[in-house]
Amino acid sequence: MRLKGATILIEELLRQGVDTVFGYPGGAVLDIYDELYKYSDRIDHVITAHEQGACHAADGYARASGKTGVVIATSGPGATNLVTGIANANLDSVPLVAITGNVSVNALGRDSFQEVDIVGITQPIVKHNFMVRHVQELEQTIKEAFLIANSGRKGPVLIDIPKNVQTDTCEYGIAVVPRMPDKPKLPYVKDKVLEAIRNSTKPFIYCGGGVIAASAEQEVLELSHRLDAPVGLSMMGRTALPDSYDYNLGMCGMHGEYAASKAQSECDLMLAIGVRFSDRATGDLNEYTKKCTVIHIDIDKAEFGKNVDPDFCLQGDVKAILQDLLKDLKGVRHPEWREEITEFKKTKTPDRPGEFCPKNIIEAVRRHMQDSTVVATDVGQHQMWTVQYYDFEQPRTLLTSGGLGTMGYGLGAAIGGCIGSGRKRTVLFTSEGSFGMNLNELCTVVSQDLPITIVVLDNNVLGMVRQWQGIFYEGRYSQTTLNRKTDFAALANAFGAKGYSVATLEELEKVLTETDTGDKGAYLIDCHINQDEKVLPMIPPGKSIKNIILKG
Amino acid sequence: MKRIYSCLVENRSGVLAKVAGLFWRRCFNIDSLTVGETEDKAISNMVIVSSGDERTLEQIEKQLNKKLDIIKVKTFDESEGISQELVLVKIRYNRDNRKDIMENCQIMGARIVDLSKSMMTIKMCDTPERVQMFLDTLKSIRIVELARTGTLAVTKIKEQSDEK
Repeated sequence: MRLKGATILIEELLRQGVDTVFGYPGGAVLDIYDELYKYSDRIDHVITAHEQGACHAADGYARASGKTGVVIATSGPGATNLVTGIANANLDSVPLVAITGNVSVNALGRDSFQEVDIVGITQPIVKHNFMVRHVQELEQTIKEAFLIANSGRKGPVLIDIPKNVQTDTCEYGIAVVPRMPDKPKLPYVKDKVLEAIRNSTKPFIYCGGGVIAASAEQEVLELSHRLDAPVGLSMMGRTALPDSYDYNLGMCGMHGEYAASKAQSECDLMLAIGVRFSDRATGDLNEYTKKCTVIHIDIDKAEFGKNVDPDFCLQGDVKAILQDLLKDLKGVRHPEWREEITEFKKTKTPDRPGEFCPKNIIEAVRRHMQDSTVVATDVGQHQMWTVQYYDFEQPRTLLTSGGLGTMGYGLGAAIGGCIGSGRKRTVLFTSEGSFGMNLNELCTVVSQDLPITIVVLDNNVLGMVRQWQGIFYEGRYSQTTLNRKTDFAALANAFGAKGYSVATLEELEKVLTETDTGDKGAYLIDCHINQDEKVLPMIPPGKSIKNIILKG
Repeated sequence: MKRIYSCLVENRSGVLAKVAGLFWRRCFNIDSLTVGETEDKAISNMVIVSSGDERTLEQIEKQLNKKLDIIKVKTFDESEGISQELVLVKIRYNRDNRKDIMENCQIMGARIVDLSKSMMTIKMCDTPERVQMFLDTLKSIRIVELARTGTLAVTKIKEQSDEK
């Protein structure tokens, strides 16, 4: 079958199981969009307001659904607008295929109109990227791109397709099925690992995003039961275990729960599963693993010893390794350790009944949502509050920018997450700073008729940076007091959504009841909170649990 | 510490940039880097010499292995490999030092490959240490131009090894 490049692209997307793509048309992808028009009964294209929004949407779609997200952008500025979204997906190991157009091969290198070297630009922020110079390579390249994005440690792959490759024709259906190259794996002695586990009286499981990527949630839960081990989560590992599980201590690290960080520092054995020991999670590396043996389980060999030197490195699919270990592990009890944990759990940030504070707002919103509701966040204080206070019960229900910390991620992610979860009610927690960065995507929410509730924790300042300025810069609030006059409720109305502005829990409850309309309706609830609200606890950067700040 | 990374890579445009970019992004050193085709035209051999602490040297190998354009990475210390470097050095000489230079060339096994009344170009191909030793003998002389290939290396032959 002889087809032109653009048709091959769409045909191959279908073969890869893609039914939804996000993107924005332009000169260098006209042929691709012409094919999307013809294939519109089989493939949905979601047009966003900006390519960055499209890229975050594809990322959110992938996180919520577990499938590979696809984003299409034109050459030049279209391609460069993807950069933040690609970097975001890369640091959080999200499977994403980004397709960009480029000028024709014979116009490359001549500074042609809307020409950029997007392969060069994205080099350090992709798992892999391709430029397709001949239409004959296109089919094979797309197959490889999807394989690379969604195998091993997942990540973004970019394919740059010059315009003439889209219009040239060649035979389709001739490419071979690619395989990932076999690279040698680290060997490990299982008996030694089992012995270390059996010798432990204070085991602790530290669970990261790799557990969700490998769908190993049940295995981790079983391991926790079997070893009587409490579980702490990295931010990316949040949602791997239900919050209703009493030995789920919550997030560890800079803004983690006291009990989780404390248990991590007091344990004699840390089973670190699918984590990469980010500086935000570890703090002072010298203090971090002082008291414990570390068993690191990960699919990516390069993670072993990158930040923390483990005593045992178990490389491979997390699910398979855990299943294998579980075969030889009997149930044990550690009542003394359990008592210690119960004691740690008593140190908590105090409740503030009746106050219009982040915790109460988030909990109120939660009461109107389902266990399966997808929650997106932007980046900053509201993100930490959501991760701390929202009660997550099911995997893949939290979309948050972990590694890159991308303000402006949330709305696009919520759009993708909503679509990826079957257009069910989706919540976005954001703040006026983050929301201000990509609020243009409100038009996408409305035109796509997406049931998204946007909760703005509006404190009139860039809260997280302000908090640091308060603690580490003697209260010199440089450029963090926004005092903008934006009326977010009116803005939402202008976009065609419905906006509300609230300042008390009673008002909020009334609005939440009014907007509890199932899977229909886009709402924005602007919650005016105090500008001095802090994210606590806090372990200052580079410090340890000894330096934890519990009170503001 | 020094280590040599001999990588078989896809012979495609952009691969060198990818590898160089990796070293830049992860703050690894490149002491020298050479690239050339292998017996298979689709595959190039890239020999990178790097230095750093044990953790860094180990990370380099792991990060190189992650790159999908890199087919195979062999790592070895200088003592485990046969290393050679080629240098071309153009110098200005005079009647007083001409004899010394020629003697040194003879001792070190270097050859004069170009000559005029006042200048000569010397070629030397040897281990990186001996190349450096020879260049040190030229320190007092005015070097006009110098070109070095960087280290090329293969592992030493071990009988019964599983090498293909």
